[in-house]
Amino acid sequence: MIEVRQLSKSFGEVEVLHDINAQFHKGKVNQVIGKSGSGKSVLAKCIVGLLAPTSGEVLYSGESFQQMDKERKKLLRQEIGMLFQSSALFDSLTVLENVMFPLRMFATMSPAEMRERAGSCLKRVRIEGQDQKYPAEISGGMQKRVGIARAIAMQPKYLFVDEPNSGLDPQTSIVIDELIKELTEEFDTTTLVITHDMNSVMGIADHIFFIHSKRLWWQGTRDELLRSDNQELQEFIFAGSLMRQVRQAMGGR
Amino acid sequence: MGLLFHIGRYFMLLGEVFSKPERRSVYWRRTVEEMDLLGVKSLGIVALLSLFMGAVIAIQTKTNIDSPLIPFYVVGFTVRQSTILEFSPTIISLILAGKVGSTIAAEIGSMRVKEQIDALDIMGVNSAGYLILPKIIATAIINPFLIMISMFLSIFGGWLAGVFTGIISSSNYIAGVQWDFDPYIVTYALIKTVVFAVIIATVSGYHGYYTRGGTREVGISSTKAVVYSDVVILIANYLLTQLLLL
Repeated sequence: MIEVRQLSKSFGEVEVLHDINAQFHKGKVNQVIGKSGSGKSVLAKCIVGLLAPTSGEVLYSGESFQQMDKERKKLLRQEIGMLFQSSALFDSLTVLENVMFPLRMFATMSPAEMRERAGSCLKRVRIEGQDQKYPAEISGGMQKRVGIARAIAMQPKYLFVDEPNSGLDPQTSIVIDELIKELTEEFDTTTLVITHDMNSVMGIADHIFFIHSKRLWWQGTRDELLRSDNQELQEFIFAGSLMRQVRQAMGGR
Repeated sequence: MGLLFHIGRYFMLLGEVFSKPERRSVYWRRTVEEMDLLGVKSLGIVALLSLFMGAVIAIQTKTNIDSPLIPFYVVGFTVRQSTILEFSPTIISLILAGKVGSTIAAEIGSMRVKEQIDALDIMGVNSAGYLILPKIIATAIINPFLIMISMFLSIFGGWLAGVFTGIISSSNYIAGVQWDFDPYIVTYALIKTVVFAVIIATVSGYHGYYTRGGTREVGISSTKAVVYSDVVILIANYLLTQLLLL
């Protein structure tokens, strides 16, 4: 489990997050939603340690990230897998080398075992026959799947996914969402997905966190989300006609 | 941001760069790759420049100091001294700062804007060490070889120009090259080369690593890497000359 306590983050005079308190549960897909620029990616970066919070702390299984020494942080990071919005695959490495990269850096395995593990991760995300291609030679959807394969190569306890569906067609988005859900259940990871894609929220979210006006404005399950009377949340989720129809079908206004 | 800020951040980055590598074998493999990319692939330009520069120094010396009072060996002697003391270690390093420095800053800067450095950090990899240390070791090992090749080719270029234009005989040129030779000047040149190599890799690495923004900023970082590497090389050249030769 990951717990965020009284986390605030400012850039100079500008406060982006204010007093965030949240618990992200193990084996669940925790989705953080909010408008563009609401601070969701900043929250994720504070949690993984790419940004230092101005105040507050992040606890990984009860252990404060801010109190950890450098070596402990390094060990913890080997338990974290992250899929970036841009996939962030290494351009000059092939698909197979990208997935093998964390194994080469940290795993005590023979090269054959590393290749086997990387191959099974690629198979798991349904990528086959692309091993020797470079990231620029495969589609955006495939890049995302390779990014997921790299993120799960070390069999992480914590999985972070930043805007997994950005730039993807609806069909590929569903494939990526299903993969995230399956992997969360299979590896029992604490999964945190940053998104503003309501299809993804309705498809795979176990617990939803809505960031608004720098604060954690609302949290709850999918059903609670659809039945919520919170005005700001309603304005956000029912901005699209599809979501309005879903609400009407459920007997709402 | 002030100069002191950059100097402080540069040395803090060096602290990260020289911290313990996660896996030596991976770093070593990267070092060999960098030796090829940054060193071997610079051989052509170094050879071309050295040949022509040696030839020009020989012709300039002969035409500008043409007096019966000047001894016959002066052309070979001048080409040798200017090549070993300054041209090969300093001017070639300045040129390498342009070629290699911009490559380093562009590569690391692109990785930064494409979130690849964030990906390394999240995996627990010391991104500064992984990206910059192999380049420092590679340039510090390979540049002295490049400079020695440059020294030879520059002196050879002087011989070619001198002999084939008929301004000096081969024997007089060779006598000049051999006259009053102090092997310490080669040591001095190689010490400078290693220091300049470290400057090129670290200053360029610094500008690439702290790139913020997009492709335009990557270009700006590359330019800054070259300019600041050149400035630091010139300052270091003055200090090393005073330390090692006076």
